[in-house]
Amino acid sequence: MQAMNLTSSSTPAAASMGDRAALVLREAGIGLALLVLLGVFALLSPIFLTAGNITNIFTQISINVILAVGMTFVILIGGIDLSVGSVMAFCAVVAGTVLKLDGLDPALAIALALAASIAVGAVCGLVNGAVSAWWSIPSFIVTLGMLNIARGAALQWTQARSIYEFPDAFNNFGSATLLGVPAIFLVALALVLAGWFVLNRTVFGRLVYAIGNNEEAVRLAGHSVRFYKIAAFVICGAAVGVGAVIYMTRLTIASPISGIGFELNAIAAVIIGGTSLSGGRGSIIGTLLGACIIGVLANGLILIGMSDFLRQMVTGFVIILAVVLDVLRARLAQRAAR
Amino acid sequence: MDHDNNTPATVALELQGLTRRHPGVTALDSVDLTLMRGEVHALAGENGAGKSSLIKILCGADRPDAGRMRLFGEAYAPQTPLAAMRAGIRVVHQELHMLGELSVAENLLFERLPRTRLGLLDRAAMDRRARELLALVGLDELSPATRVGTLGMAQQQLLEIAKALSNQRGGAARIVIMDEPTATLTPRETDRLLAIIRKLRDDGVTVVFVSHHLQELFEVCDRVTVLRNGRHVATQPMAGTSTGELVRLMVGRELVERPARVAPALDAARPAALRVEGLRHAGRREAPPIDFSLRYGEIVGLAGLVGSGRTETLRAIFGADRAAAGRILRDEQPVRIASPRDALAHGICLVTENRKEEGLVLDMPIRANLSLARLGAVSRGGLLSAEAENAAARRMAGELQIRLASIAQPVRQLSGGNQQKVVLGKWLLRDPKVLLLDEPTRGVDVGAKAEIHALLERMAAQGMAVLVVSSDLRELIGLCDRMLVMSRGVLVGELPRAQFDEEAILAMAYREYLVRPQEAA
Repeated sequence: MQAMNLTSSSTPAAASMGDRAALVLREAGIGLALLVLLGVFALLSPIFLTAGNITNIFTQISINVILAVGMTFVILIGGIDLSVGSVMAFCAVVAGTVLKLDGLDPALAIALALAASIAVGAVCGLVNGAVSAWWSIPSFIVTLGMLNIARGAALQWTQARSIYEFPDAFNNFGSATLLGVPAIFLVALALVLAGWFVLNRTVFGRLVYAIGNNEEAVRLAGHSVRFYKIAAFVICGAAVGVGAVIYMTRLTIASPISGIGFELNAIAAVIIGGTSLSGGRGSIIGTLLGACIIGVLANGLILIGMSDFLRQMVTGFVIILAVVLDVLRARLAQRAAR
Repeated sequence: MDHDNNTPATVALELQGLTRRHPGVTALDSVDLTLMRGEVHALAGENGAGKSSLIKILCGADRPDAGRMRLFGEAYAPQTPLAAMRAGIRVVHQELHMLGELSVAENLLFERLPRTRLGLLDRAAMDRRARELLALVGLDELSPATRVGTLGMAQQQLLEIAKALSNQRGGAARIVIMDEPTATLTPRETDRLLAIIRKLRDDGVTVVFVSHHLQELFEVCDRVTVLRNGRHVATQPMAGTSTGELVRLMVGRELVERPARVAPALDAARPAALRVEGLRHAGRREAPPIDFSLRYGEIVGLAGLVGSGRTETLRAIFGADRAAAGRILRDEQPVRIASPRDALAHGICLVTENRKEEGLVLDMPIRANLSLARLGAVSRGGLLSAEAENAAARRMAGELQIRLASIAQPVRQLSGGNQQKVVLGKWLLRDPKVLLLDEPTRGVDVGAKAEIHALLERMAAQGMAVLVVSSDLRELIGLCDRMLVMSRGVLVGELPRAQFDEEAILAMAYREYLVRPQEAA
């Protein structure tokens, strides 16, 4: 080790090696971490790699993946959305009410409920985005307010009661599988693909990244920064609307107290996935991998018999570790660039 | 320190062979300078002459590459601003560094707040010391408890001076450097400041005074040192110096190389590409409105000192800032420009002075930066076309000779000159009719500079109307067909190429700074 340092310090070879290491860390680091995690749990628990458990993990992470896709847009433009969990509960109780409307054909009722849920989520996002973009108020504060507003609205709407007894077709979706893959995970994957497409292949996505990097340059290039900021929050809200309905199909109830803390899981997935909290850098694929790491960790730690409390601590450590690794990677890249 | 003025003149600070090199430019080239104890010494020079570099080294913010300094006979080489402060060298910067939410007393004594024996704030001592400092700068009537945020710019500027004079961090102030301290002051406050400076001098403090306002230099300074292109040009008594001589010293007498520029064949029948009528900036309501026009195929220079309103004028035309009054006409038709988007729609582009902050998305690829202002051309129905974007980027990279490894490379990795070419390419992809440029070759190496000049001449020859702001007067003289000169927010003159004369232009640029405006009744 010491000998290596002596021979390779400050030579061009060292620089290019640092460069390559940084590249590998950035591109595949998260995927690698996930693989290592899978390997460790496979060794420690005989049940971990069974088809049943894998299906289980997919089911468990679906909601977080859906929420994290929307959160990625908001974080990429340099914002944050703390209202996700509460807005999800509000979406759910509105959707639940629509599902229970008398005299509706079940298929129509489900379609209307989904539309209503997405609409409620999008409107909440619109308010978040418009208030923060128009008056330049940090989205942290605006969405903190929305967190309370939406929770209160959900409780007021239902008088704190849950709504249940939905159509069978609706309830069955939550446990349906296609070739062993949970249907709800397929929905999550579809959103991941849609998000990837928008961010990588459209003018909209290009400007989301550009605004996160340098808002002023984008404004002076003739674009309406406000529009894109608001749109990112609307997208996040709409994803929450989808997530709310999917969550209802799993629980078969709509509860005004559901989703507490979900925003933090979504943010954690985005951050572990390598997206910078200051905006402009990151990817949807990273977010998917981040959500997988959180899910695998939770599942695997249960299987090896770790207590709830310790699991929570481990998850916390992983979030910090992910950010520290990201900072180290950035420094390495900087040194390599010199 | 003693207050005896009868002792023979003592050398306060001596600089020998002070040199500071930056990549591609020598900011200070073997500068010698001697400051006496108890004198007011003017530091004069054009933009980029080396004044700021010198001040940075004196106050410990930067270190010289060569040369030595002696402060009252002892070797002086501050490694940090704190060390300079301890040695008694204080700087009053142009920008304000007050904490708006805190009180006057807290701001003044921030570095060393007085405490009681229990470690609590000693309010009585704070109040007393603050009052002493306020009296020094003639703000006796101001309560030390006032929140600084409620004060005007001028009062805050005086507080900065009071703070510099306080005994914080060790010894008393021995040398006070004032960098454009009067920029925000009214004439009455300026008088007060000059009185403070005289009092400091009488107390044996050395004052280094930097100001665009030559009249102030003549009023208060004992001697003047002129810097030019990082070199020491002259040090002489202020008394025997005339304004004209001072300007000549700052400009230098050497002939400017004027590369042959073929005068454009301007079609008199064609309407003006751009006409500006009655432009007024929000912050300069006292200045007369600005009128000028720009013809197709013409390169017009906008000369003036930093802060004379050149940048504001360009930004107002481009709609980059709110609250400028006046009319903009394109092809003699009035147009409404409320945002950069409006300006772009009318074929007007602006290359801003800070490419990193306002021109580029540094971490994004070169091609994404080039297409940023014209995404419609590289997409269809909102979907980006990689082929179209690559083709556009390659074309621009070729046309502008941007030296790059790949168009997918982050623009951050490029040199300053090549980054600037990317900014230019971004706008040229829009095929602008009117191109505004603010310091287009600042921080750009000589080779890229020449290429950018050639590019602008080519664009003008193809019919583009070009308006260039630059602090490098020689650049404007070599490049432009016509020159507009601004001074303190006023458009003071216009010269055709045949009458370009560095001395005359600089005299015009200083014109409004020579007169002391009367206090509004």
